[in-house]
Amino acid sequence: MPSSGAGPIIRIEAVSKFFGGKPAVDNVTLDIRQGEFFALVGPSGCGKTTLLRMLAGFETPDKGRIMIDGRDMTGIGPNYRPVNMLFQSYAVFPHMNVEDNVAYGLKIARKKRGEIISQTQEALKLVKLAGFEKKKPDELSGGERQRVALARALIMRPAVLLLDEPLSALDAKLREAMQLEMVHLQKTVGITFLLVTHDQSEALSVANRIAVMQDGAVRQVASPQELYDAPNCRFVADFIGKINLFEGVAAAAPQQNRVRISAAGIGQVELDGEVLGPVILAVRPEKIQISHEAGVQRGWIWVHGKVTDIVYFGGHSNVFVDIGAGRPLQAGIPNDRRAGMANAAPGDFVWCCWRNADTLLLPG
Amino acid sequence: MTFRKSPMGPLDYHRRPLPLLVFISTLIFIYLPVITLIAFSFNDSRRNIIWHGFTLKYYEKAFANAELMLAFGNSLSIALVSTLFSGLLGAMAAYLLWRFRFRGRAIFEGAMAMPIVIPEICMGVAMMAFIARAGWPQDLPWPLNLGAITAAHIAFCFPFTAIVIRARLESFNRQLADAARDLGAAEFQIFRDIVLPHMKPGIIAGGLLAFTLSLDDFVITFFTSGPDSITFPVKIYSMVRFSVTPEVNAASAMLITLTVLVTAIALRIQNRHRMRGG
Repeated sequence: MPSSGAGPIIRIEAVSKFFGGKPAVDNVTLDIRQGEFFALVGPSGCGKTTLLRMLAGFETPDKGRIMIDGRDMTGIGPNYRPVNMLFQSYAVFPHMNVEDNVAYGLKIARKKRGEIISQTQEALKLVKLAGFEKKKPDELSGGERQRVALARALIMRPAVLLLDEPLSALDAKLREAMQLEMVHLQKTVGITFLLVTHDQSEALSVANRIAVMQDGAVRQVASPQELYDAPNCRFVADFIGKINLFEGVAAAAPQQNRVRISAAGIGQVELDGEVLGPVILAVRPEKIQISHEAGVQRGWIWVHGKVTDIVYFGGHSNVFVDIGAGRPLQAGIPNDRRAGMANAAPGDFVWCCWRNADTLLLPG
Repeated sequence: MTFRKSPMGPLDYHRRPLPLLVFISTLIFIYLPVITLIAFSFNDSRRNIIWHGFTLKYYEKAFANAELMLAFGNSLSIALVSTLFSGLLGAMAAYLLWRFRFRGRAIFEGAMAMPIVIPEICMGVAMMAFIARAGWPQDLPWPLNLGAITAAHIAFCFPFTAIVIRARLESFNRQLADAARDLGAAEFQIFRDIVLPHMKPGIIAGGLLAFTLSLDDFVITFFTSGPDSITFPVKIYSMVRFSVTPEVNAASAMLITLTVLVTAIALRIQNRHRMRGG
């Protein structure tokens, strides 16, 4: 089990990695705290997997250094690091049965027989695979193989468990179930989990803290709520969840700490903020309300436009409204509310409104 | 191939007349000579042309032929030793080429495959010249007198085993090796516990291939064998030069049975592992 109490369990200090002269990971500094479920998200090719492989020791940083549990990992091979990894393909050894797979690390570490047997039993119970000891991997389902890989890594009691897109090969239903199970498992064992995924919704639902990566750099590190409600740049706002983005220009307003923004389709609005020059106005679809009549209310932004499409999602519908901003405005309307909303249909002219406070002002 | 009635699949060529004709004539062309050979090994006649009745006496005669049996023993011994060594060398070469990147790797790989490409007759002459020039000791007691032939057989067999094992390694998921290393395994432990079990069916199949190649090789053996180190195919050849008796048929049938058996085992092992998905 991890020893040192205080300080981050993983400290990534100004780490860079180049492939063919191009930075795959570009001067990343990041602390991961003891006991948290941390997620690295980003589109494919953003460097998140390279960063994970550097933590595991399969790649070496070209610049900077990595500290794990207070120890400098420079020059230490994957087989000597206090971390274990869950691989994307599960990498369950095909010629060994479940028991031998799980016990492999302890056998390599030359633990006593009795100890190996009892710990293997314990690990299999933990992932709910008791009774599967003698099965071969080709007799298991994808989800069961995943559990074998989990047990095999957790039995080593790593300081950090590294998870490389572990759920991407599972179907949607099973993936959701496994996400929940992984959260419970992480709480049970108390081991720090570091998950790499391209699926932002997966990161939002499992992690305590998330780092969003783009082009080898970390754009924002925050809790899921903060990331969703207060993204710090256009990329993060666009990558996490759905959002409407409008380009505009901010000028100084008479009041202090206020700016007057003019944006196509929206007109002029005054918002709290200090950024001047090109800016981006952003609003989440579910913050937008639609009505047939215009209203004027202080502290709300009102826009008028024609409904172009309505996409049904079961619980809610996405209503696309052309407000003359180049891109249609997307409003996420719960269907119970939409039914009472005099049935807007494509072609109708409607009013859309949202609170000033729900508008995000991002640097352009 | 299943002989079900409809629906007709793309592989049901045996249900169309022209492809069926081609199919049957091909089978006849390939197997009729072999079947004739085996059938006439039971022919109760000194000459091989007219059927006179069933007998096993030519098998008895073949088994009683001390020279033939010695040649058979020689062949088996050579094949066994060649199999062992080409399996070992082939596995080592395949692993080397798969695991490491080094300068001249492409040249090494090309050079290794040379014995497959070079005409066997040239290999035979080259081996004969090399062994004579190297001053390989003659008149050694059995089984040391088979050394020259065995060395030649290993040289032309191991490229085949290397190719089979290399192909097997291509299907190895490298994340398995990463996973083992992640769990604390060192390079040798990864090889022993993870890579070698994956190579095993390739090594067995490659070894059996080497066994059949060595067992029925004539050309290279002919050039490297001395008067006291005759192998089974060479012995049959010399018997045919006197007369084609059913005894030759019987000996040939024995060789065919042995090679078919070994090949069947090799294919079985390979298929079993392929179906499991390795």
